[in-house]
Amino acid sequence: MSSFKDKEILLEVKDLRTYFKTDNGILKAVDGVSFVVHEGETVGLVGESGCGKSVTNLSIMRLVPSPPGKIVGGEVIYRGTDIMKLSEKELRGIRGNKISMIFQDPMTSLNPYLRISTQMIETIRLHQDMTKAQARERAITMLKLVGIPSAETRIDCYPHQFSGGMRQRVMIAMALSCNADLLIADEPTTALDVTIQAQILELIKKISAELKTAVILITHDLGVVAGMCDKVCVMYAGRIVESALTDELYSNPAHPYTRGLIASVPKMDGNREERLFSIEGQPPNVIDLPPCCPFHPRCDRTCEVCRHAYPPVKQIGEDHYVACWLNCSEEERQEAMNGGDK
Amino acid sequence: MTKYIIKRLIGMIPTLFIIVTLSFFIVRIAPGGPFDGERALPEAVKRNIEAKYHMDETLLMQYGRYMFDVVRGDLGPSYKYKDYDVNTLIGVSLPNSIVLGSFAMVVALIFGISLGTLAAVKQNTILDYFPMILASFGLSIPLFVFAPLLQQIFCMWLGWFPTTGWFMNNNAPLRTAVLPTIALSFAYYADIARLTRSSMVETLRSDYIRTARAKGMKNSTIVFKHAMKGAMLPVVSYLGPAFAGILTGSIVVEQVFLVPGLGKFFVQSSFNRDYTLIVGVVIVYSAILIIMNFIVDIVYAFLDPRISYK
Repeated sequence: MSSFKDKEILLEVKDLRTYFKTDNGILKAVDGVSFVVHEGETVGLVGESGCGKSVTNLSIMRLVPSPPGKIVGGEVIYRGTDIMKLSEKELRGIRGNKISMIFQDPMTSLNPYLRISTQMIETIRLHQDMTKAQARERAITMLKLVGIPSAETRIDCYPHQFSGGMRQRVMIAMALSCNADLLIADEPTTALDVTIQAQILELIKKISAELKTAVILITHDLGVVAGMCDKVCVMYAGRIVESALTDELYSNPAHPYTRGLIASVPKMDGNREERLFSIEGQPPNVIDLPPCCPFHPRCDRTCEVCRHAYPPVKQIGEDHYVACWLNCSEEERQEAMNGGDK
Repeated sequence: MTKYIIKRLIGMIPTLFIIVTLSFFIVRIAPGGPFDGERALPEAVKRNIEAKYHMDETLLMQYGRYMFDVVRGDLGPSYKYKDYDVNTLIGVSLPNSIVLGSFAMVVALIFGISLGTLAAVKQNTILDYFPMILASFGLSIPLFVFAPLLQQIFCMWLGWFPTTGWFMNNNAPLRTAVLPTIALSFAYYADIARLTRSSMVETLRSDYIRTARAKGMKNSTIVFKHAMKGAMLPVVSYLGPAFAGILTGSIVVEQVFLVPGLGKFFVQSSFNRDYTLIVGVVIVYSAILIIMNFIVDIVYAFLDPRISYK
């Protein structure tokens, strides 16, 4: 798969931190996430439930419900401007216009009280100088593009008159109606049945290629990632533990968690008698996590230092980064052990 | 939709019929009668009176006679207020109650919805606490305390309004309506504001509002265009019974401000065992209630496209 390194950087997330204040303490949902999206690139964000995938992307759009959530640090640089520093008004100019989102549950993501036409036209007219009739034309074009049959009449329907898959198509059409540069798809197929899943993914792939839109795809399905993404970031407990180009990650997983994830995918040609592989234990509670590798209680290759310090991010190949003590030298481990004792 | 409306209208008839029948018999089961006073009437006088009102006939005969009258639109003579029939009593007092009730409901709706929405949008700020504290007062201060308090402040101390009177009678000025309206609307404001706030808070947390934000919509557009319709549904369903209650008058407000409304007949007719008047006001109340609930159902269908009646 070709690298997007020579393309321009579209979005750069630097050391993003989003914390939630809860009664039990500070919940560090996203704790120092950094990654880069190039123009036209599809980046996968993988991890278990609750690892901070969704919050990362809500933070990019500054949509984290606040309170209790708060983006406490980091930068999100879109084409040279830091989204975190924009005014509410400037931010609205980016939301839905330059960066769009589609969500997990298409059944609840569309306003049930408004017609599809109303919802689509308002989005288009919000960001583009169009008359109502032009915006309607544009909306119909987009609906046709995502494969809604007889879009001219269906546009005046209400969301409940569409099936789940159709609603997700509408969401995609709406999200891309202003020619966004970046589409953030937050588990877009989780609530759909399998045949529709494939169609929706195929649609996202086709349209993003057609419109040259970059995509951040949040998912917990490694199969989806393999088919869709140019680059993958594996998240665990609010951090990215490994990131690499997709082929590289599958052939050469470096972090024990990534290896566990890949091994957990059921194989069609495997022995039917064999038990399916699973990673033992539960993801950690990210409230008041001590400084340690959050994965160490579940890791099969733990060593002393894992319990005392978080591993630094190391580059181990072209575009391949991993945060694991296994890839660090003995001196670095020793230093971390001494530092941790102080 | 038209078919549904016609069906509902026809459906009102048996409902009303059952209500009339039940109340006709229940009031007669209660001990005492309209002509029982402190002293027992002479036997002959009592028999004469009973004969005049056909109370010497069997209960079923009386029921049949009464139903026949009701169907013709005649609610019968009042047993207590001699020379008046129930139609007149209700006809004179109900318009006053409806006018006062409508005023109060409009005030309650305007303040309830606007302050409730404000409280939801500005959650956990002073703009949330103030309307909600006001609403708590509205719920917890009884009318018979609140109404005289208003009179003390605005009539006695400030002298802005007359203490009593009603503008639809005796050429009294329009401002006589102000205090009764405020007094009557306060508790309804409290309910509406709290309902609006809680359902608005819930709506603003929903997925489709997040979608609207992600589209880059302005906060005000989100609240009024995207959230308002859904947030109004609980308020609308509350309004059906609330309207029926407020339109048929409140005895406390009527007594304190001397408004000649229907409310006092609710209470007095029961004390007096004024059989025809009791059943009369019950018919009026239930008819209004049924119609209001019917209107609520129709409004619901307009607000929520997922509801369709066949």
